[in-house]
Amino acid sequence: MQREGSAFSGLGVVVLKELSDHLTSVRMRVLEWLVVLVALAALYGAIQQIKDTTAEDPFLFLRLFTTSRDPLPSFVSFLSFLVPLMAIGLGFDTVNSEHNRRTLSRILSQPIYRDALLFGKFLAGLITLSISLVTLWLLVVGLGLLLIGIPPGAEEIARSFVFLLVTIIYAGVWLALALLFSILFRSAATAALVTLGLWLFITFIWPVLAGAVAQAIIPPDPRYTALGLQTPGTAELEQILARLSPSTLYAEVVVALLDPTTRALGPIYLSQLQGAVLGAPLPLGASVLIAWPQIVAMIASALLLFVVGYVIFQRQEVRA
Amino acid sequence: MSQDSVIQANGLTKTYGSATAVDHISFEVGRGEIFGLLGPNGAGKTTTILMLLGLTDISAGEVSVLGFNPAREPLSVKRRVGYMPDTVGFYDGLTAADNLRYTARLIGFRVLEREKRIAEALDRVGLADVAEKRVGTFSRGMRQRLGLAEILMKGAQIAILDEPTSGLDPQATAELLGMIRGFKAEGVSVLLSSHLLERVQSVCDRVALFSSGKIALMGRVADLGREVLGGGYVVDIEADGAGLAERLALIPGVSGVEKTGIGKLRLHADRDVRPEAAAEVVALQGRLKFLGVQEPSLEAIYTRYFEAKKPEQAVQEGARHAA
Ligand SMILES: Nc1ncnc2c1ncn2[C@@H]1O[C@H](COP(=O)(O)OP(=O)(O)OP(=O)(O)O)[C@@H](O)[C@H]1O
Ligand SMILES: [Mg+2]
Repeated sequence: MQREGSAFSGLGVVVLKELSDHLTSVRMRVLEWLVVLVALAALYGAIQQIKDTTAEDPFLFLRLFTTSRDPLPSFVSFLSFLVPLMAIGLGFDTVNSEHNRRTLSRILSQPIYRDALLFGKFLAGLITLSISLVTLWLLVVGLGLLLIGIPPGAEEIARSFVFLLVTIIYAGVWLALALLFSILFRSAATAALVTLGLWLFITFIWPVLAGAVAQAIIPPDPRYTALGLQTPGTAELEQILARLSPSTLYAEVVVALLDPTTRALGPIYLSQLQGAVLGAPLPLGASVLIAWPQIVAMIASALLLFVVGYVIFQRQEVRA
Repeated sequence: MSQDSVIQANGLTKTYGSATAVDHISFEVGRGEIFGLLGPNGAGKTTTILMLLGLTDISAGEVSVLGFNPAREPLSVKRRVGYMPDTVGFYDGLTAADNLRYTARLIGFRVLEREKRIAEALDRVGLADVAEKRVGTFSRGMRQRLGLAEILMKGAQIAILDEPTSGLDPQATAELLGMIRGFKAEGVSVLLSSHLLERVQSVCDRVALFSSGKIALMGRVADLGREVLGGGYVVDIEADGAGLAERLALIPGVSGVEKTGIGKLRLHADRDVRPEAAAEVVALQGRLKFLGVQEPSLEAIYTRYFEAKKPEQAVQEGARHAA
């Protein structure tokens, strides 16, 4: 059926309203402080560690993101579980709050489509997350400059910038998930709980489970086990399963981007090492290429989650 | 009529799975008319309204709002129709004016026009003083009025109000009904729903009485009264004068005179006989203290109609059981 007018008329208005709601909300302020404090702690640990190691490192600046010092995890590991928290914190009541405030039917009786409302809300969430992440990135880069005292090279800046973009995509995946559950569950508390539960499962339990499931499907070959090696088939399946989790994808992309010596993600085949000087850094383009499937998979899963939510929202009754 | 009707519904139907919420209803709302969708809870009023606005899919039938099809041209319909849902909600953290600003932006008004319209609308519903107060602090009545302000601001040609008086005290109800009459005075057509028959009877030009998804009765309240209550006007008169009762009984059209108190009489007639009754009192040189005609009450019409229906249903059901 041909629809009248643009599906996105009113989109800008919705984005601006939601954005100003987010930016002035107490929830956002709390989340931001949480992230900043945690990031500072991780950064402090990293800088201490970097100062202790005197070895020459051409990518000293990138080490800021990946170095950890006990007991604190690295900045990147902090991000990989704080970003989902922020996205879920912003998105879990996107649609159900409109139902519960009984504003939905009033807003939808204005000359806009549901498309504009839903997409506007998603965009506003993503922009809010981007603002926080860019701020955080600037903070880290600035502090790194001040504290290490060695200006980063163009390559390092470029790599950390791509890392920023990927982190925003990663945030988008979780935001789309939170949005989906905010459509599915009328109660915001239920939506938050289910989304957080799923996040815990995907991030902490699934990687362990993936190994177990892979071993159950393809039992390890005793010949490899005897040598203390993983059976290639089992390892491959485990990796495929683990990659169903966006957290795994993100971790892999981050490794490729922030460690220029990464030649492959997952099991390395001999063909990939032919003619390569071990330990020699790759150019940025090559690193991005290595991580490209993972990046595309993240974008695709964000889109898929959004589309599922969109279809459900289109069919939903407006009354509470 | 169809020339000047703003809403036309024909065989409108909504089913949820196997349940039928709205069952082949047809009605028209004329330009500048106040039309009431009345009926008990769950009768299908809200569902009908949502279909008119294109907010829920139509299972069968046709509907045209200002000449547009709400399913295919929802934006054209929604641009011209103002809607106040039952228990209308606003963003509690925003001020009254900001809530309207958001709507005005969604509609697409430019800054200057927006501000002018908002100020006017808030003034009209008496919320100008609290325009910059957060809606979270508003009472139920103020929210309802803000809902009306939104429709005014929109400059809608049709106002669709779902249960506009529910939860309001008598004074707030009277004020709100006054504002609804104001819509009519400006040529805005009004479609309102309510399950409180008495409250809205006075403002509606025509009503449709719903009963489990169907329109049981439709028309002007007075006509329905004559139709269902067996016709007849009831005129109460309080006057003195010897032999008044006998004289009144002779007025053409009067079918009975009843004594209801000292000096109080009740006439049953097939038309409004107030002028003749007054003339009789004057002719007897009596003093006329009260003369009034009883409006047929919707409540009475509704109750009577369904009381009359019930035995039939019982018979039908009995027949079904027997079979
Ligand atoms: N999403 C739904 N799924 C199934 N049935 C529904 C749904 N929404 C409404 N109904 C049913 O449709 C019927 C009509 O409901 P509707 O809300 O239109 O009644 P109403 O006349 O507005 O009542 P009220 O005075 O309580 O507002 C009811 O029996 C209700 O149970
Ligand atoms: Mg209703």
